[in-house]
Amino acid sequence: MCGIVGLFAKSAEIEERLGVHLAAMLAQMSDRGPDSAGVAVYRDPAPLGSSKLTLHSADPHEDWHAVARALAGEFGGDPEPSVRASHAVLVVDADAADAEQWVRATRPDLRVLSAGSVIEIYKEVGLPRDFVDRFRLEGLSGTHALGHTRMATESRVTTAGSHPFSTGFDLCLVHNGSLSNHNRLRESLRRDGIEFQTENDTEVAAGYLAWRMREGASLEQALEGCLEDLDGFYTFAVGTADGFAVLRDPIACKPAVLAETDGWVAMGSEWRALAVLPGAADAETWEPQPGVVYAWERARV
Amino acid sequence: MAVPVEEVGFEVVDLGEVPLRELNQRLHDLSREPGPPAWRILNPNGAHALACGIDADVEVEIQGHVGYYCAGMNKHATVGVHGNAGPGLAENMMSGRVVVDGNVSQSAGATGRGGLLVVHGDASARCGISMKGIDVVVGGSVGHLSAFMAQTGCLVVCGDAGEALGDSIYEARLYVRGTVAGLGADCVEKELRDEHRAQLAGLLEAAGVDADPDDFRRYGSARQLYNFRIDNAGAY
Repeated sequence: MCGIVGLFAKSAEIEERLGVHLAAMLAQMSDRGPDSAGVAVYRDPAPLGSSKLTLHSADPHEDWHAVARALAGEFGGDPEPSVRASHAVLVVDADAADAEQWVRATRPDLRVLSAGSVIEIYKEVGLPRDFVDRFRLEGLSGTHALGHTRMATESRVTTAGSHPFSTGFDLCLVHNGSLSNHNRLRESLRRDGIEFQTENDTEVAAGYLAWRMREGASLEQALEGCLEDLDGFYTFAVGTADGFAVLRDPIACKPAVLAETDGWVAMGSEWRALAVLPGAADAETWEPQPGVVYAWERARV
Repeated sequence: MAVPVEEVGFEVVDLGEVPLRELNQRLHDLSREPGPPAWRILNPNGAHALACGIDADVEVEIQGHVGYYCAGMNKHATVGVHGNAGPGLAENMMSGRVVVDGNVSQSAGATGRGGLLVVHGDASARCGISMKGIDVVVGGSVGHLSAFMAQTGCLVVCGDAGEALGDSIYEARLYVRGTVAGLGADCVEKELRDEHRAQLAGLLEAAGVDADPDDFRRYGSARQLYNFRIDNAGAY
């Protein structure tokens, strides 16, 4: 099964309380995915010339300040870790690729969950409701966010196997469904320089999007490519620095509902996830068509 | 507490306060012991299996959107949804009537054996899949693979039908007013004769949908697929 949600703020009020709404949506999808939960929140842009990393440590006593000092020693600046449970977000005085590369080389025991200028990813095994509390989700503001509750079918229940998956800067994917050609596709993407951290099928889809966009495709074109190149069942929600998009496979076994008001655009696996949003009862509500890309983007300032 | 005028005559249950299981149990109990003949359900908020398994001649009116499997296995009851419905609406309905004002998700009326399902909006994929006697009237359009393996009953679509309509159909009758994106295996267009016009007029009237039977086309089984033919054995 699995549950997915997405929320895109169109008003300052929704941006301010994005975490509150996201937490409520995620809790509604607990039944669909009690194994693990995760979110990607787009917020607090790193200053120009800097980048933002979300790191995960398996060590509950990880000294994040030491990690920050080591990053400062390499790149300068004075990064202050923002710690939530097993994760820390660090703003580094370097571009995202260099910062990520340094962490991978120097601290291979840490996992880079996201890199970019605005994305933060938090994900962990356990009940969605507990996840919301542990990561203090309700305190997060932001422009848009995706969330996922997992009922694993294709790979192990681990933090790394939880969604969202990010394999490109500020890019992430959540998935309800299962892919059947992910092994072959992973190998082909590896040959093109896309790196993978797990054996998970969804990570391959995220890598595929990153590869297509690296080759010059827009998000919409990359998603349309999924219809050709991915075999399996999926409802995807994809986040970028500027917006989010939704795609269902042409067979459309996996559910999805979209709704929009003046204040927000939201997607969920079920109406239940959207019913908790302000003004939901009067929202324009529809089921996305199979094989059609729906995308929303913020106007660039 | 004062009861609002419009609630008089209804047993009002607010799912914001009453657990879903308690409501469904009360509705199930009506098959053994008579109770209120008319119910109004408030704040469904996408709940699953709401008003599922009723076996009594009662009216249940739901104010809002419902989730999976609403009014499944319905027998005798009239269930109205003033909102949208999720997947599996009125699945395996036996008799009675289910009416939705808005849109419904996939597999509406699946395996239904009797009764009338009316959707005033659109129904998505697999509407009437494996229907076995239910009549389904959709005011809008239906998605792909509707009436897949449909056995008996009628599917009336006032809008358009998606890909693979009536794939592997048995003896159900399909009436579509708009365009058909594609017919499934062994589904063909058939002549709309007077008996069909009369049937269609009756269904549209029962559903409260204003449409002219002459504007519809009829589709059904070419009967080439559903008997196993020994000549085809080599293909397996």
